[in-house]
Amino acid sequence: MKQAIALEVNGDTYEVLVSPNQTLLEVLREKLGLTGTKKGCDLGACGACTVLLDGAAYLSCLMLAVDAVGKKIVTIEGLSQGGELHPLQKSFVELGGLQCGFCTPGIIMTAKAVLDEEPQPTEESLKKKMAGNLCRCTGYKKVLDSIMGATARMGGER
Amino acid sequence: MEKQFSVVGRRLPMLDAAAKVNGSAQFTDDLMLPGMLHGKILRSRLPHAKILNVDVSKAARLRGVKGVVTGAEIPDRQYGIVPKARDEYALAKGKVRYIGDEIAAVCAIDQEIAEEAVELIEVDYEELPSVFDPLDAIKEGAPIIHEGVANNTSFAIRKEFGDVEGAFAASHLVSEDSFYSQPVNHAPLEPHSAVAQHDPIRGQVVLWSSTQIPFFLRRNLAATLQIPESRVRVIKPKVGGGFGQKIDMFAKDFCAAWFAMKLGKPVKFTYERDEVFIGTRQRHPMYLKVKTGMTKDGKILGQQFLAYADGGAYNSTAPTMMALSCFFLMVPYHVPNLLYEGYHVYTNKPVGGAMRGHGIPQARFAVERQLDMMAERLNLDPAEIRWKNSIKAGEPHPGGFVINTCGFAESVRAAAKAIGWKEKRGKLPFGRGVGLGGASFPSGVTNMSHISSGAVVQVGQDASVNVLTGAADIGQGAETVIAQIVAEVLGVSLDDVRVTAADTGATPLDPGTFGSGVTVRAGNAARIAAESVKKRLFECVADELEANPEDLVAKDGVIFVTGSPEINIPFAKALKAYQYKDLPMPLVGRASWMADTSEPTTLFNQPGNFSPSYSFMTQAAEVEVDTKTGKVKVIKMATAHDCGRPINPMLVEGQLEGSIAGGMGQALYENVITEKGQVMNPSFLDYGFPTTLEVPEMESIDIETDDPVGPFGAKEAGEGTQLSPAPAIVNAIYDAIGVHFNELPVTPERILKALEERK
Ligand code: FES
Ligand code: FES
Repeated sequence: MKQAIALEVNGDTYEVLVSPNQTLLEVLREKLGLTGTKKGCDLGACGACTVLLDGAAYLSCLMLAVDAVGKKIVTIEGLSQGGELHPLQKSFVELGGLQCGFCTPGIIMTAKAVLDEEPQPTEESLKKKMAGNLCRCTGYKKVLDSIMGATARMGGER
Repeated sequence: MEKQFSVVGRRLPMLDAAAKVNGSAQFTDDLMLPGMLHGKILRSRLPHAKILNVDVSKAARLRGVKGVVTGAEIPDRQYGIVPKARDEYALAKGKVRYIGDEIAAVCAIDQEIAEEAVELIEVDYEELPSVFDPLDAIKEGAPIIHEGVANNTSFAIRKEFGDVEGAFAASHLVSEDSFYSQPVNHAPLEPHSAVAQHDPIRGQVVLWSSTQIPFFLRRNLAATLQIPESRVRVIKPKVGGGFGQKIDMFAKDFCAAWFAMKLGKPVKFTYERDEVFIGTRQRHPMYLKVKTGMTKDGKILGQQFLAYADGGAYNSTAPTMMALSCFFLMVPYHVPNLLYEGYHVYTNKPVGGAMRGHGIPQARFAVERQLDMMAERLNLDPAEIRWKNSIKAGEPHPGGFVINTCGFAESVRAAAKAIGWKEKRGKLPFGRGVGLGGASFPSGVTNMSHISSGAVVQVGQDASVNVLTGAADIGQGAETVIAQIVAEVLGVSLDDVRVTAADTGATPLDPGTFGSGVTVRAGNAARIAAESVKKRLFECVADELEANPEDLVAKDGVIFVTGSPEINIPFAKALKAYQYKDLPMPLVGRASWMADTSEPTTLFNQPGNFSPSYSFMTQAAEVEVDTKTGKVKVIKMATAHDCGRPINPMLVEGQLEGSIAGGMGQALYENVITEKGQVMNPSFLDYGFPTTLEVPEMESIDIETDDPVGPFGAKEAGEGTQLSPAPAIVNAIYDAIGVHFNELPVTPERILKALEERK
């Protein structure tokens, strides 16, 4: 009943044996050891498990691993390049866009997808697009400030 | 005060921020140990029942199951966070008291098998009559939830200060009103988790746990496993928020340790989100009756309270919660005469526990609402009433508090100004309004030796500084604040300081994160330890600098002579000099610190000075009520805040902003809904706390005081600010639509209903 699949994650190909009902979240965390992607609810309601599939944000707790075959998957571990933090990550560090950090990977991945699509969002648009990512610590102010701060930092380069 | 400090008072990123943004920060559920087994807990489906029999045979026979345990097998030792109120077993013995009460646990080679196995456990229950409301539970003939606890009242407190009857007689206006605060779930984003491993070499069980209180957890775990404390080592990985919910020990901690010891393999238990809602802790729902007497010009003469807290099935922090709700009625206002009667009552519902504010938000809501109602009747300005009744530093306090610094009166004026009070209050168009709320909170607890913190500061051969502290950083940035304090004392940069924290096997005793005591308590321990290092370093280099050690200063990486900065030696060179003199390495400073006071108290019996210092704040809200949908939008929240001198203003702001969102949830959205003891909304979707869409504009005004006790003058900054947003919002709703809401939350349905009735 388990099947062998190949997943392309952060530029590497992993062959894994999965059951048909296993979520991408579970496979990332339990089989590939990519624990940066978090499980806050397992029901698609918090955004902590957000990853990129071919550049778009997906909730990995709602996606079956088998459905991610053939897509380019990027997790929080794959965002920084050559040990350098991504401008979004730097912005969160410097502007205090995190406290406990449990929501942070998911928030940053969603923000990455949002900014790739809309490099200079208005505050209203950003609030709307980030509304699926819950944070219980920050009250979101510094989260939004960090994303806005990153837009300046990122300029054309993404 | 410009550039008085180099590291303290600066907006510096958290030490672990980079690890948190790149996914490498490890939380308990991220730990994977070789051969690790997975556990699952069976919870009661009934609110109140005798357990006649638990048949685990089918579960035990399932392939892949390695162990099953029921309440009947565990040691007969109850636990609880407050020693006098222990009433809980990790797995229920003989009877269950709420839907979600733990009955048994299984441990298997993977999570799926563990989940399948718990379903195979058969429980024979004998259902008992249940009771779901504290006002019913106190009645004669109500079902008894805990044997021997009459009227289900597990804790009662009655305190009288001054002469309340006399005060009422002398009052111009006496008002008596009733209030209700709902159950609120802390809902930390990280679900509770525990991983345990047996260390056969040291004969220890090692527990990694999403806990706020590693050392109390060690004590409770050792007691319930009936092994010496030295045989338990608790390590706190990153914790994904707590807000009080992670103060107690839970079944997952006990069961992980139990199986790890029995099976010799690592074991993990992680709760599902619905288990966090149902089976951990929540803010106590509370009924409050408040009677207040005032003079004609709005001075409070006396107050009388009757409080019933719905504790759910167990005590958790009950006595402390009730005592706090009583004593903190006497700050931030001067209440010369007070009578408080409070009862903690068991019901067959989810368990109440410490939650940000801990018993005070419920009381604060009632008082702040009533102040506005009385101001209106006296035709006085609510801001003026608050200012007029402000408690002052140094003033004798009826409850025995010693208030060294107090920026409350100033905070009223500053918050009112920031929201545009004069121009707006009573003057905005229908549907818009402004409101205020005031509050105060302790900075930890005085003079109890088990509430002490230790610290070790060690300077390595490369001049790097390592701090060992038992303080539990749960996301608020405690480790960063402690490192800033040490860096400031030694005159090094934050980059030079490493923190090793919260491992009962390696770091000194610390009570953990509760009561907002970390910065003051653990911060002072770290400060003193660093000072002792500094002293020895100064003694060592004094000759070279041709100065007295007392005349030396350490700042920005150099040690220099006061007034002559050109006579100096860099910190790293000073350490070299120390080594060349063949003085013993490592250079270590140690300290143990507790808040000292002449009149110690837990508040249960005698009054006294509960805390070394008190924070003060006023919050002002502007809201817009959509009269068609009943939805309330908080447009702005201004906070004027006296938290002493902030060690890291960015982190303080973060605490404040998070509390505003929390307070908004309490005011408008959040409510753990139960029907016959069953939680009806145990998911993020159904529960609903604020998202990015709801956050208002936030302005924060720092009323800086220099507290004599706190390190560098700091006071608490993490909890007080969650006390006043809810009343400020509800007071603003009154200003907007002219309706008094004395029950929380103020939902769109209730607003629409009220508007309908007004027509
Ligand atoms: S874990 Fe996927 S949305 Fe919460
Ligand atoms: S930082 Fe803790 S949940 Fe967002």
